[in-house]
Amino acid sequence: MESCAKTAAGLGYRLATIGVITSMFDLAIILPAIVNGLTFGAIYALVALGLTLIYGVLHIINFAHGSLLMLALYGVFFLNRIWGIDPYLAIVVLAPAFFALGYVLQWSIIGRAGHGKDQNVLLVTLGVSIVIENLALYFFSADTRAVDTAYTFVMVDLGVALVPLPRLIAFVASLVVALGLWVVIQHSDLGRAIRAVAKERQGAQLVGIDVDHIFAMSFGIGTACLGAAACLLLPTFYVSPTVGHVFVLVAFTVVVLGGMGSFPGALLGGFIIGVTESLGGLFLGESLGQIGISLIFIAVLLFRPTGLFGGRA
Amino acid sequence: MLEAIRITKRFGGLVAVAEASLHVPEGRIVALIGPNGAGKTTLFATIAGFLAPDTGEVRFLGENVTSLAPEAICRRGLVRTFQIAQPFGGLSVRENIAIGAHARIADRRQALALAEQVAAELAMTVLLDQTAAALTVAGRKRLELARALATRPKLLLLDEVMAGLNPSEVDDIVAVVRRVRDRGVTVLLIEHVMQAVMSLAEHVYVLNQGRMIAEGPPLHVARLPQVVEAYLGHGAAVRLGAQAVEIAT
Amino acid sequence: MLRAAVTGAVMAAALAAPFLIASDFWLGFLITVLLFAYMGMAWNVLGGYAGQFSFGHAVFFGAGAYTSSILHVTFGLNPWIGLAFAALAGGGVGALIGFLSFRFGLRGSYFALITLAFAEVFRILANWVEFTGGGVGLYIPLKVHPANLQFGTKAGYYYVALALTLASLAIAAWLERSRFGAWLKAIRENEDAARALGIDAFVCKLKAIMLSGAMTGVGGAFYAQYYLYIDPGIAFGPAVSVEILLVPIIGGLGTALGPLLGSAVLQGAGELARRVMGDVPGLNLVFYGLLLVVMVRFLPDGLIGLAARLRTLRRRAKVLADA
Repeated sequence: MESCAKTAAGLGYRLATIGVITSMFDLAIILPAIVNGLTFGAIYALVALGLTLIYGVLHIINFAHGSLLMLALYGVFFLNRIWGIDPYLAIVVLAPAFFALGYVLQWSIIGRAGHGKDQNVLLVTLGVSIVIENLALYFFSADTRAVDTAYTFVMVDLGVALVPLPRLIAFVASLVVALGLWVVIQHSDLGRAIRAVAKERQGAQLVGIDVDHIFAMSFGIGTACLGAAACLLLPTFYVSPTVGHVFVLVAFTVVVLGGMGSFPGALLGGFIIGVTESLGGLFLGESLGQIGISLIFIAVLLFRPTGLFGGRA
Repeated sequence: MLEAIRITKRFGGLVAVAEASLHVPEGRIVALIGPNGAGKTTLFATIAGFLAPDTGEVRFLGENVTSLAPEAICRRGLVRTFQIAQPFGGLSVRENIAIGAHARIADRRQALALAEQVAAELAMTVLLDQTAAALTVAGRKRLELARALATRPKLLLLDEVMAGLNPSEVDDIVAVVRRVRDRGVTVLLIEHVMQAVMSLAEHVYVLNQGRMIAEGPPLHVARLPQVVEAYLGHGAAVRLGAQAVEIAT
Repeated sequence: MLRAAVTGAVMAAALAAPFLIASDFWLGFLITVLLFAYMGMAWNVLGGYAGQFSFGHAVFFGAGAYTSSILHVTFGLNPWIGLAFAALAGGGVGALIGFLSFRFGLRGSYFALITLAFAEVFRILANWVEFTGGGVGLYIPLKVHPANLQFGTKAGYYYVALALTLASLAIAAWLERSRFGAWLKAIRENEDAARALGIDAFVCKLKAIMLSGAMTGVGGAFYAQYYLYIDPGIAFGPAVSVEILLVPIIGGLGTALGPLLGSAVLQGAGELARRVMGDVPGLNLVFYGLLLVVMVRFLPDGLIGLAARLRTLRRRAKVLADA
């Protein structure tokens, strides 16, 4: 009799707990979080696309990716502040500028420092990221800055959620850029050369492809993605010298989750991480929510380092 | 001493080794031959613990070692060399061999002394202080052998240790292998250099496309039609036989 | 003979330094050099000798710093004993990260990335959890007494730092001369070949990361006692990870004296930069970053490697001259 009561009480307690938890799963709160996560995830995906291209072709992990993004963000900021250029229009200036920057960086510094060892390239890109970050700290001070545009606070009603217009633009534009990139890689001569070098470096050399040039081109395209991403990101985010840190780990997580060198992987990974971050922030609060990303990163590295879409381990 | 029992290893859809068995008695030199891509190195890797077979068993000194890690198998006295030499590039030849010695010797000085000894046996004394990465291919192969010998193995798996050597170098290594066997080490070697196989091996296994197609004393095996065909193509045995008849008549 | 004399002279000078150096500033400079030489050696055990590059060594530094500080502040534990606990904490974190990473076969860039991730996880946790003081950080109450690992003058801290450095040199000497050290080098050069020769790579790497973590943990605890303050950014942030790994890279990976040389050069050059460019936030790190790039580009073997190459050049020149 007594044990019956205890079991009933236990069951009742468990049901009540479940009830509390499911009430947290109020769609009205969760759906917007998911939608927001997706829009942000598209930007993550764009950032990650550059990183995964660089890894896929050069087989190096670019530690400088985050700080280059930060630099691009400052670029957008100052173009807006000093010359009044709209962030979205700034893509026309920034993407090519950062392509050139990436090309030169790979050609003159990163490529030369390899000496054949993986570790050395890691260290060089780490060094580059430190230089960029702290130069930014020196020149721009540690304050966070943001831009104010006419549509920063415009909201779009999507039915299930209210989304800020800049986020929506970022979402669409990211997909457009990703598609454009895919077209270039699949259907242009440059793309063919890039794919050849990615698959078989020596073979590509033997058929007359200038591998160093292709490396630099790939790196440049990767950083151009950052230029574009920055233009899409700043209206909905902010910039500070340390903002790169946030994005480095996220970008790596996306790339590792999606699979090193995989475009669809970067896209899907970006969305997954964006949504995870959004939901994590919802349930765990801002600061602790960030931990979800690091934990996913660790988990993927340990259990499935080739990521969702495979590729080189 | 060593028994591989019906080893099968698949890589995706490709069957690299299919139901291959071999038996190496103690104190003998046994050779594993076969055309390129036959699966010889895969079989070695399975025996030495670097790959797990899909089916089959590996028994060393009566113990089932199939699922053991490479380092555990090495400590039991079964040591392999690599087909593409794997030196410790940044270390000197002496340090390389000493690491082999450390498999049984904890004291650094003793290990270095043994390294010098082994180097002398292999006529490598002049190379002792060179960086391993600076060695020629022949030098690296010799280093592979030296390192493996320094572990004082009971059974040595030599993977194409003669490849890339000129005939006089081959003779040198053949003499070394014979001396090693005379000291009580059992040897199983993969070899393409027939001169070495014929003079060294007491028993030969032939692997073709993952399957054992023949075994026996070297001169006998060399004349078997299926072995000739494995190397020279389908119908070659008949053609060669016909040509021999033609020449005789 | 000459080497013994030089070593003796250096040791004597090192022991007498607090009495020879009048300037408090330069004594403090030496303390920093020694501390980072010590932690650089710790990194070297894992990175230079075993070949596993950690980009998040702050995780061990912070674990040690917080462990000894929290035990002292909350439970009144004597900081000297706290050093031992810091070693345990560092070693424990090393065991965790090492077990997970090496069990799952992470090497090279992937290993570097995961150490970065772990450092970040710990930083976020330290920021969020209450008993670490959260984002505000932890102050260690001022109770100046040698028994409390707090000294009235820098001399006391100097001798502790010197002791740590000497211990790290002893460990380095042991690595150079022992089977374990040889095993680590083998793993660094070619892990598969090492396993084929009977080396249990997993256990060796695990021991290396635990040793490295324990050593770094003690460094963190000392740092906390020296500055009497830590926070998540200082303890687990990328700055200390970078400063630690720069030391052996500049000095020479996998060598015994590399970290000492590297730390001296790093701190010295940093000080020079500060004098020239003023004490501006961020600029000294720019300098470190540039140094890293330049070193890897032109001197991947570090300064000790450069010295070795010069020696070989001189020997070759001599041979040619004699011929």
